[in-house]
Order: sequence, then C-alpha cells, then structure tokens
Amino acid sequence: MSDHNYVPSSKLGKWFNDRLPLLSLSAHLREYPTPKNLNYWWTFGGILTFCLVAQIITGIVLAMHYVAHTDLAFASVEHIMRDVNYGWLLRYFHANGASMFFLAVYIHIFRALYYGSYKSPREVIWIIGMIIYFLMMMTAFMGYVLPWGQMSFWAATVITNLFSAVPFVGESITNWLWGGFAVDNPTLTRFYALHYLLPFLIFGLVILHIWALHVPGNNNPIGIELKKPSKDTVPFHPYIVIKDLFALLLFLIVFAFFVFYAPNILGHADNYIEANPMVTPNHIVPEWYLLPFYAILRSVPDKLFGVIAMFASIFVLVILPWLDTSKVKSAIFRPIYKQFYWILVIDVLVLGYMGAMPAEGTYLLIARAATIYYFVHFLIILPILGKKEKTLPVPLSITDPVLGGSPNPNVVKKKEIYN
Amino acid sequence: MSDQKKPKRRDFLFTTSYAIGAVGVGAAVWPLVDQMNPDKSVKALASTEVDVSSLEPGKSITVLWRGKPVFIKRRTQEEISEARAVKMNDLKHPEKDEDRAKNPEWLVMLGVCTHLGCVPLGDKGDYNGWFCPCHGSHYDTSGRIRKGPAPTNLEIPEYKFINNNTIKIG
Amino acid sequence: MKNIIKSICFIFLSLIFLSQNIFAEEKKKLLTTDWSFKGYFGKFDRASLQRGYQVYAEVCASCHSLKYLSYRNLAEKGGPEFSKEQAKAIAANFEVTDGPNDDGDMFVRPAKLSDKFVNPYQNDKEAMASNGGAYPPDMSVLIKARSGGADYIYSLLLGYEDPPNDVILDEGVYYNKYMYGNMIKMPNPLSDDLIEYNDGTKATEEQMAKDLVTFLAWTAEPHLEARHKIGFKAIIYLIILSILAYFSMKRLWSRVEPEV
Repeated sequence: MSDHNYVPSSKLGKWFNDRLPLLSLSAHLREYPTPKNLNYWWTFGGILTFCLVAQIITGIVLAMHYVAHTDLAFASVEHIMRDVNYGWLLRYFHANGASMFFLAVYIHIFRALYYGSYKSPREVIWIIGMIIYFLMMMTAFMGYVLPWGQMSFWAATVITNLFSAVPFVGESITNWLWGGFAVDNPTLTRFYALHYLLPFLIFGLVILHIWALHVPGNNNPIGIELKKPSKDTVPFHPYIVIKDLFALLLFLIVFAFFVFYAPNILGHADNYIEANPMVTPNHIVPEWYLLPFYAILRSVPDKLFGVIAMFASIFVLVILPWLDTSKVKSAIFRPIYKQFYWILVIDVLVLGYMGAMPAEGTYLLIARAATIYYFVHFLIILPILGKKEKTLPVPLSITDPVLGGSPNPNVVKKKEIYN
Repeated sequence: MSDQKKPKRRDFLFTTSYAIGAVGVGAAVWPLVDQMNPDKSVKALASTEVDVSSLEPGKSITVLWRGKPVFIKRRTQEEISEARAVKMNDLKHPEKDEDRAKNPEWLVMLGVCTHLGCVPLGDKGDYNGWFCPCHGSHYDTSGRIRKGPAPTNLEIPEYKFINNNTIKIG
Repeated sequence: MKNIIKSICFIFLSLIFLSQNIFAEEKKKLLTTDWSFKGYFGKFDRASLQRGYQVYAEVCASCHSLKYLSYRNLAEKGGPEFSKEQAKAIAANFEVTDGPNDDGDMFVRPAKLSDKFVNPYQNDKEAMASNGGAYPPDMSVLIKARSGGADYIYSLLLGYEDPPNDVILDEGVYYNKYMYGNMIKMPNPLSDDLIEYNDGTKATEEQMAKDLVTFLAWTAEPHLEARHKIGFKAIIYLIILSILAYFSMKRLWSRVEPEV
C-alpha cells in the first residue's frame, strides 16, 4: 500500500511519527484505495460507526441520571424524561438509536449476502462482524431491561429462562445469571454493568473489523478482486468520506423522524407500566429486531431444541463462507442465487412477523415452515447451488467493460445501474 | 539424542509451573464467578409461612416466595375429583394428583409456567385450571400441563402444614 | 425453476396477507377525535388542558394517582400553563407528610410547588383493598402504556355499554366494549354535566373525555411541544445539509469516471 513510505512534511510530525506512527495511520485511512463503483448499500459501514459512537455518547450521559435499582429504575427514567434538561431527547435518541443501529446492521448484513462479501479472502471480516452482531443483540437486550417496565422484566425472564433448558445444570445457570431465584435487583444491576461494558468490546471489535477489511480491501458490486490502487479505485478521502456523509445525513433524517415524531412506535406500550413479577403481560414480544429469532425459538416444540435452533440460526451465518461454494461473489452474475436471496429476505421478514404473533394455529405453522426454509437455504440450497449454478460472465475490471467470457451487453448495462 | 534428557527435565519444570499457575488463576477467577450466585440476603428469604385460614373453597391466593409467585388453591370437591379422574395416558408429564396434593383440598405450586416463566392465570383454559397467556399452555385443576408448549407440570415447591392454618413454603 | 420460486413467493405473501386479515378482524376500531397534539406541528390546547386537569382533579383523582408529576409542572411551559399563583393554590389544597422536625416528629403541611402530586392511597395494597382487588393504575404515563394511546383511553371512557345477554358480570364489574376482555372494574366515570367547568364550557361526556385525554397526553409526554418544535428544525437543517453534501459530492466525483 502506498502509505507505507509516508513521510510527514513537518519536522515535528516526522519526530512524532517515528515514535508513534499515528500520522502514517491517518495517511493510510485517507489514501485507502476504495473501489469506485461502490453503491449506496456500502455506506452503511460508516452509518453503523456513527450509530455505535452515538449510542455510547448518549448512553454515558443517560447513565449520569439513571438509577439501577428495582425500586427506582422506572422512576429515574421518568425523571430523565420530565426533569433532566433535554433528557427526553437523549433517552428517545438512545432508545430509537438501538432500532436504527439494528436497521443499519441488517441492511449491512444483507448487502454482504447479496454481493458475496463474506467470501474468500474476507471470511475473517465476516466472522468478526457476526460476533459484533451477537454482542449487539446482548447489549440491546440488557439495555431494554434497564427501564424496568413490564416488557423489560418479562423479556429478561423469558430470555434467561432459555438457559434452564440446559440439561442437569440449567437451574444453577439461571440462578447464577439472576443472582437469586428470579429476575430481581441483582439481575438489574449486573445487566446495567454489562450494558455499559459491552459497547466498548463492540468498539474494539469494530476496529478489528475495519483492520481486517483494510487487508484485502473492499468487495464491490461486481465482486471481482481489484488491483489497488488503480484506475478502478479512488482514495477514501474525500470521495468515500463525502459519499458516506451524504448517506449518513439521509439516514439521520429517518432517524430524526422517529426520535421527534414517533419515538414510541418501535417500542411496546407495556414497557410504560412498571415491572410487576406477579402480573404477566397478555402478550410478550421482544423488540422488533429480535423477532425472527424469537419465531425460530417458538416454532420448535421442544424447549431445549428450540434454544439450540435459535443459536444455530446465528451459527449458520458464522460458517456461511464455507457453506456457499460458489466462486462468483456478486449476485449480479448469479441469476438463480439472486432469486433465492430474495426468498430468504422474504423468509426472514415472515419470521419476524410471526415472532410478533401468538404462537398458535396458522401462525405457528407458517413460522415452522419459515424456520425450516431458513436452514434449508443455508445448509442445502447454498452448497448445491454453488456447484450447479451457471453463472454469467464476470468482467475483468470495473472501468473496462471487458468480460471474462463472451461480451454480454446485459451485464454491462446492469453494472452501470449499480454504479 | 544426548541432550534429550535436559529438555525433559525442563518440560517437567514448565508443566509443573503451568499447572500450579493454572490453579492460581482458577482460584482467582472463582470469586469473580461466584459473586454472581444468590447472595446471603437473598438466600435468607428462602422460606416463608402463609396463613391460609381465611381461604374459601374454590378460591386461591398468590404469595411471593423467592421472588416467584406461589399459588395456594383450596380446591372444591368437584375440582379434586376432576383432577383425580384423569388417566395417566392423557398426560404429557404423568404425575398422580395424589402425589401433587398430599392434602387433596390444598394445592400448593409455583405459579411459574414451565415453558418460559410467565405467570399462568387462574380459572382459565380448556381444563378449568390455569392458562398461561404468554404462549398458550393449559394446565388442569392439578396444575398439570395438558395442552401447549410447556414441557412439564407446574412445579410443587417444598412445603408443609405447620398447623391447620399455616403452610410453610421452602 | 423461476416459476417454482415465484409460486413460493406468492404463497408466502398470500399467507402474510391472510394472517393480517385474521388479525385485523380481532381489533376493534377505536373512537377518535380532532386531537390538538397530533401531527407534526401538534400543540396542546391550553384551555383543554386546564379543563382536563379539572376533570382529573374532580373525577379521577380520588382513585388514580399521578405520581410522577409535581405541582410545579402545572405552571410549566408546554403544559396547562396555569399561573404560578394558581398552581400554588392548587398545591395548597393537598397535604403532605414532611419531617422529621427538630423534635424528631413527622408533621403535615400544605403541599408546595416542588412537591409531587399527592397519591390518593398510601400504597398499592390500600388502593387494591379499596377497589375490590383491582388496582387503579397510575395515570402519569397511561396514554403511552396502552396500545392505541389517546384514542384507546378516549374510547374506553365512552365505551360503557349494557352487557350482551350471554355475558354475566360479577358484582362490581362493568362492561366496556373497548376493554381487553370487555370487563372492567372501574364504573363509568363520566356523565353529562358531572362537573361544572370553570370556563363555562358545556360538560358533555365527550367534552370531558376529550379534555381529560388531552391532559393525560400531556402528563405522559410533557415535552411534546418542544419535541415537535425541535424536530421540525432538526429535520429542515438535515435536509439543507444533505442537499449541500449532495452537490459537494457531485463536484468531487466529477473528476472520477464514471461518476456516482
């Protein structure tokens, strides 16, 4: 890479850079050669970085007012909403920020699925990403418990009870997680401590995620490996920076709409009722971003296997780089994969919808079918498809519409659209 | 070949050092893990005594024990005979009502659905017993699972009658 | 191959719509009215808030608490905006226990602006005992704590009916067509001319329900007006900045072929 021989122009800069090469790092980040055909789906990495930092900052200031005690937690949240200067804004930003974070991460993940960004040589980026995603779910879940509303309490009860499905030691594990015989004050305080800790772990992993990305460089819509730097690439600054900023601003408009005009629409009304261990809400639902997993959990009749299926649904994503056997990355050149991709998207949406519905009758049947299809997609369709599918010819570079095989005007046209 | 002995002795030294070191790390980690277990003040609330003298037949009360609700139901004759008439083959988790309620008039059990820990509602469901609103488990008049996702019957805690009017749970 | 995939999609989608229809049938349509606080520029109708407080104070306050509110809130911006003197006078009607004094005794004094709203009951158990086992919920965030929000509470207040023939009600249970399960422990709280509004508005059942719900919408979301106002500015700002960013991006990328 070009920045290896970067030399700061000022004397002081050189002196410092010889001792700690921060200026080299910054030069590397500025000059980092990025494919010039990245479309707007690629801007979500930057958006996610913003989300994480914004959540950490709003979280820290909220922590200055929040009280982690079962008697006071709900009241302290109301105190933030009513008395703290701009407290309502900070809390709504933080609460909706979680949803926006997940919205962005789902787009980011499905972009990677569409363009095959998880494939060699980017497997490690993908796996770190999956760990981040898993930690995000844990962080969000524990954060949801903190306001100590009815949904907080019962979500905590339902999720921690999953561990009681473990044979023999299940009860010991749940008692250990709770610090008692039910979800109670010790549970709340430890969730608070961990909710504060995990974002910093995520932050560390994000640095690794970007580091791992900067080794092979970005994938791109046509999924070919580029010579870097070349006429197919542009320096990250200012080209990608301005594009990411523009996309971030559009994203913030949506974000602001939720924060200012529909701050509670993504939440659940029951969470404005203080937690009461003696009263179960009529219908317990997790936050929307966890619904597909909840649907998978409930679609299996056996408790232990339900839990296993739920964790397996994340694990298949981790091993995805080895399940998808196709050498071609981008779905643009994989006509059949493209169809299955959209079915998977619909399948996950169906699972999410079923997760919000009561687990009975038709809903349960649909949820079961969707669960089975989810695993079939990853475990059967992808490995076979990679071997059988007849892919379209792939161009050799972004700039030259020279194709690997016979010229195909269709592909070139498509490529232009995705630019 | 000739220096084979030396590394061996060194191996032994290293292995021992690692092993002793691992014991120390384990000992240091244990307090960090164990601090999360129920503490002494929580354990002190492990048992509770309930006065049930004012309970009419057919009615039930809910008391909090170890942070979980416990249902104490004074069953009517009808409910008892309904519970006792059930054939073992019809049960997902076969338990005799005689074993669940030693004193047939009194049913004492944890009000925690064995599926995912919600509180079932009384006098509801297809079997006139309890019904869990979370995921639709139906329990009969003996608190046994009859329909729905719950794997086992409602749990019977350890309890005994101290006298005719008082039950000690735990 | 394509046909199979298309038909799978079709089946999935039709199942979704089907289940949505089943779901829709279970829901009752809620009553609504022209809420002043809805919409992007929604503000509370001050007069309605003040009347709503009167309904709360004269009808609801004997059972329902507003424990997260303080008397000072009544005079704060964005709320009913009673004058400070009015709010002080309202507070002085209530008694709070303070102390201990220099002798170590607790004493009772009139409430001040800084005090929280006085609860009608000493604790939840007393509230339950006085109301046949049903606990009258705190109303501070009630609007946000019920799906359907303002419309739901409004409907509930106007939703009392004689039960259908096949429904047998226990003593002290009432029939309400909007309540979950249709049975409610609270008797119909409102009736025409139940109270006399200070501002002379005719106290019809609908008027009182509307005023009360407006008041409760404010107690649940006291900064709603500020939120709407700041939100509008923030979004306009973001739109302007994104237009600028868009053209800057175009300018920068014009050096690159092909452009974005």
